[in-house]
Order: sequence, then structure tokens, then C-alpha cells
Amino acid sequence: MSGPSTYEPKYAAERWLDKRLPIVRFGVDFMAFPSPRNLNYWYAFGGILTLCLMSQIITGIILAMHYTPDVNLAFDSVQRIRRDVQFGWLIQPMHAVGASMFFLAVYVHMFRGMYYGSYKNPRELLWIIGCLIYLVMMATGFLGYTLPWGQMSFWGATVITGFFGAIPVVGESLQQWLLGGYSVGNPTLQRFFSLHYLLPFVIVALVALHVWAVHHVGQNNPIGIDPKTKEDTLPFHPFYTMKDAFAIGVFMMIFALFVFYLPDALGHADNYQKADPLKTPPEIVPEWYFLPFYAILRAVPDKLLGVILMFAAIAILFILPWLDTAKVRSMRFRPVTRWFFIIFILAGFILGWCGARAPDDVAIPIGEGGLTFKWLSRIATFYYFAYFIPILPIMGWIEKTKPVPDSITKAVLSGDA
Amino acid sequence: MLKMFTKTIAIASVVMFSLFISAGLASAAAAGAKPDKQKWGFKGPFGTYDRPAMQRGYQVYREVCSSCHMLEQLSFHHLADKGAPFYDADFPNPNDNPVVKAFAKDWEIEDVDQDSGDPITRPGVPADGFPHIYPNAIAAAAVNGGAIPRDLSLIIPARGGGADYLYALLAKGYVDAPDGFVVGDGTNYNTYFPGNQIAMAQPMFEGGVEYSDGTKASVEQMSKDLVEFLAWAGDPKMEVRKKTGFGAFLFLFIFVLLLFMTYKEVWRNVKH
Repeated sequence: MSGPSTYEPKYAAERWLDKRLPIVRFGVDFMAFPSPRNLNYWYAFGGILTLCLMSQIITGIILAMHYTPDVNLAFDSVQRIRRDVQFGWLIQPMHAVGASMFFLAVYVHMFRGMYYGSYKNPRELLWIIGCLIYLVMMATGFLGYTLPWGQMSFWGATVITGFFGAIPVVGESLQQWLLGGYSVGNPTLQRFFSLHYLLPFVIVALVALHVWAVHHVGQNNPIGIDPKTKEDTLPFHPFYTMKDAFAIGVFMMIFALFVFYLPDALGHADNYQKADPLKTPPEIVPEWYFLPFYAILRAVPDKLLGVILMFAAIAILFILPWLDTAKVRSMRFRPVTRWFFIIFILAGFILGWCGARAPDDVAIPIGEGGLTFKWLSRIATFYYFAYFIPILPIMGWIEKTKPVPDSITKAVLSGDA
Repeated sequence: MLKMFTKTIAIASVVMFSLFISAGLASAAAAGAKPDKQKWGFKGPFGTYDRPAMQRGYQVYREVCSSCHMLEQLSFHHLADKGAPFYDADFPNPNDNPVVKAFAKDWEIEDVDQDSGDPITRPGVPADGFPHIYPNAIAAAAVNGGAIPRDLSLIIPARGGGADYLYALLAKGYVDAPDGFVVGDGTNYNTYFPGNQIAMAQPMFEGGVEYSDGTKASVEQMSKDLVEFLAWAGDPKMEVRKKTGFGAFLFLFIFVLLLFMTYKEVWRNVKH
């Protein structure tokens, strides 16, 4: 995809270097990468996610200089950071809010990929690496939420590590091995801190693979057809660097709004209370970005089945490229599946809503009683899985798609791109 | 034909959706009454703390609350930091602030004698943290009928209702229990406390403190002042954060505008 290199060394020193280590050539070709000319703003989230990852690592490294992973000191050390460390009042919320922003961006990025069929041949591996990144992100997010050692940190960790206890036969010993004891305690906190520092670098490595893969197969685009001529593409720099930079700037404003004005809006008040193993909070709620999966977990009465369903909800993403049997990539040309996809997103939001509420509360009042969150989450969970099997494979076989344009340029010039 | 089939599937799923809508009854959670919204100067994008109110609030804390509740996350010198209740521009180092020095001296601090190593107590200095009131949680519960008095330095961020909740609880919540409501032993009825039974007896009474600035010490006034002080104690960097945020937004607006213009310029001759 990247085509022949266009780099020509101008100076003797550059030629010397190019012969031995073509790192400048790599950079120049990287920036000149031919990108489809019709990429819209949804395609800026790759760049936005890069910013998020960098911001999390930089703020995280600084926080680790001041944070103490000890059950007696962790909570207070976070308060010291917010109160006494130079600019700690800025860096700590940047990291905490940054996690939410990271997930917000990754969800948009994934939905973008699903809508435009970016997981289809030849981008299956690109999609799978992306799913792996998401999985490691979820692990990192969960581990990180434990570190401030507030009530939600402690009880969230207790609930989530409890999932492993639901596994038959080995569950209990596996759970103890993960926790380093019979319950969440100091060994748990210390290993969580260690892993929370490790995993972001695993993410960096996976992101490198992800970017390599996208440079090998080329970016997909809103109409989902391959670029055929040079006219169909534009060099990544300056065209998409500038478009992405503008989008990143807008995203930073949303980020800044939360950091400066609503730093606690995305967290839970209970996490301002020190972890107390003897006092269970009235409700244990995970961070908002886990709520849909939490709702799936609670949708079934059996714990093991709930855990299996929850993990299946993520696992099914990995095989999405083979579940969608359609030849056409972009939903723009799939008039019916498009609606199923929109309902799928709606189901995701509904699951998030259910995850935040008590299962027995009424979600939609009907007459005397109404539909409880438990039942609403069951419906949404059902649809979540039904979207992948059987809706996607069946629609791929039976749907009559709209005619796809001959080329990106033609589509652009006729205003259809 | 195919189109009809796909439409049928779409309709069928909608029908299935509505079929599921059948079961479930709800139980209301035992929450306290919803507190009324109060006007707080520290809310909003340009909010700041009211300094005289915070100073009065500290007095209420010292004279009413501090026998049971500690300020775990605060040291005395925090009271004299920039933006804090007793900040004095003449003393850029908060440890030199005479008002705070005097406050600290008022408390007994456990220490170790530097010559003999024997445990001693000495008057506090601004560098000291607010001392623990009880030797441990068991002792705290034992003298308070089983309930541990909460740390107040984070009480406002740690409660979902925040400032409004705490104000309502202190100023309006202590009323006679409605007929038929059995108040448990060692607890008091409070409209706003979740479950309506709170271990803490009504702490504020008319004239409970004597304000030096002549403000009338009504229950409402004392509660309001205390909440103002505790709001600061929970989020002491709020003012600098909001001020920096304003600058950050000013910068971002201009920066994003320039980026947008550059983007449009770069793409000027490319139809897309």
C-alpha cells in the first residue's frame, strides 16, 4: 500500500545515515502515507487516541513518583498529590479524567470501524490487534481504579476478582493466586500497581503493531472501497495531520472541560472515603466505561453464566470479521443492516444505563409496576449478541445492498463520499 | 422480495423487543429526602470561596465539631496557604502566619523528646497535621455508641449530595420523627440522612458560637459557614484550578481556531 519510497537524501550526512539506518526515510515515508481523500472526522480518533495514550503515560509516570502503593498510605498519598504536590491538582485529575476520555475515544473509534466495515478483508488482523488493545486497556483501567484505595476501588476490585472465583474447580485457588491472599489486601494493591505500570507499555507495543498493520493494508474509508488511482489518495501530511490536529484540539476542549470544571463528575463520591473492608457500600458501581458489561453480568441470575456472558461479549468482537458475511464494507450501502447497527449502539447505551442502576428499580413505568432494569438489561443483552449472531451473517447473505461507487474520486466529485 | 424479507426481520425484532417488555416490579430504596439547592459562591465556572464565611466556619468546626471529628487530610499550615481561609499576603510562607500559629498552639501534639526519646506532648506548630482524636477506630466507636465520627476534610466530595446535602442535614434535618417512626436507641431522626436515623445528635444550636465579626450565630448561619469551610477543606485547589481552566480555554479557543484555518487552507484546492 505504501508504494515506492519517495525520499531522496539531500545532504552527504543524510546519505551516510540512509545507507546504514534509513530512519529518516522511514519517517518521511510514514508521513507521506497515501490516505484516502474522503476520510471524515470519525477517522481522527486514531490520532486522538495517540494523544490519550501519551497523556496517560506522562501523567502516570509523574503520579508514580508521589504515589505509595500501601493499604495504609495509598488513599492519603493521592490526597497529598492533589493538595501538596506542585501541580498535583492538575496532574491527578488529568490522569483520572484521562482514563474516561481514553475510553470515550476508543468506543467512538471502534463504532467507527464497525460502521464502515473496517474489520473486513484485508483488515481482520488490524481489527483483532485493536480488540487486544481494548482488552489490555480494560485491564489497565480496572487496575488503575483500584490504586486510590477508596471504597469503590476496594469493593470494585473485590467484585471483579470475584469473577475468577466463579470458574469451576480452579476458581477459588485462581482467585487467591491473583489477589495474593484470601481477600483484597496489601499484596493485591502492590501487584495491581506493578501491573498498572507495566500494561501501558504493552499497549504501546500493540499500538505499534496496530499502526504497522494499518500502514500495510491502508486505511479504510467511509465508502469502504479501495483506492485505485493516485487521485484517490492524499499524502497523510499535511492533509490529515492538519485535519487530525484540528479534531484533537476540539477533543482537548472536552478533556479540559472535565479536568478543570468537572473533575469528579465521572467518578463516584464513595471513592473519597478510604477503603473499609468491613463496610460494604450500599451500591457497588464500576467506572462508566465498564457499565454495559456489568449490566450483561447481572442480567443472568447464575454467577458463572454471567461471567461467561460478560467475557463472551468481548470475545465475540474478535471474530466479528468472520461473522459479517457481507461483501460490501460500509454500512452506507447496507440500508437495513445500518438500522440494526444503530439499534446495536442504542442497546449499548441501554446496557450502560442498566449497569448504573439497581436491577430491581423500574426503568420504564407501565401501569402499576413497569419494566425493571434487570429485564431491560436482559433485552439489551439479548440484542447485543443477536446483532453478531445471527443478524450480521444472515444480513450479509440476504441484504440487497445499494450500488457502490466505482472509485473514491468519482464519489467525491459527485458528492457521495 | 429480499427487501421485504429484511424488513420483516427488522419488524420481527421490534416485536420481540416489545414482547420482552412484560415483567418486573420495583422497590424504592431507603434514601433520605432530597436536599434543596442552596446558592454557593464556590459553584460555577468562576466560583470562589467566601473568605469571611470560611473563617467563621473554622470557628464552628473548632468549637462544635472538633471534639469528635478530625480533619485528616489537613495540616495547620494549609489554613494559611494561598486561597485558604486565613491566607495573609504578608506571610508567603504559611508556617509564619501568626493566626495559624496561634490555632496550632491550641492543640496538644504527641511527639518524642529529642534528648531522652520519651513520649511527650507539646503545643502544635503549623507544620503539624490536625491530630487524631481517638487512638484507633475501635476507641472511636466505643465512645460514640458504635458509630465512628467521620473525617470532615473530605466529607463534601465523599457525599453524593455534596454541600447542599450537608447543609440540609445540619440546618434543617433534625426534626421530630413522624408519627409511627421508631427511632432506634442511640440514634436521632434526620430527614436527610439515608435511612433517617443518624448517630450524631443535633450539633448546632442558636448562639452555639459567638462570632467576632458580629454575625448572628443562627443554626442556618453556622451550618452555612461550616459547609463553606469544609467545601474548601475538601477541594482546596478549586480556585486555582478554575482560574487556570479559564486560561486554558482561552488558549484552546484561539489555538483550535488557528488549526481550523490552517486545515481549511491546506485543503483549499482539494475536493473531498
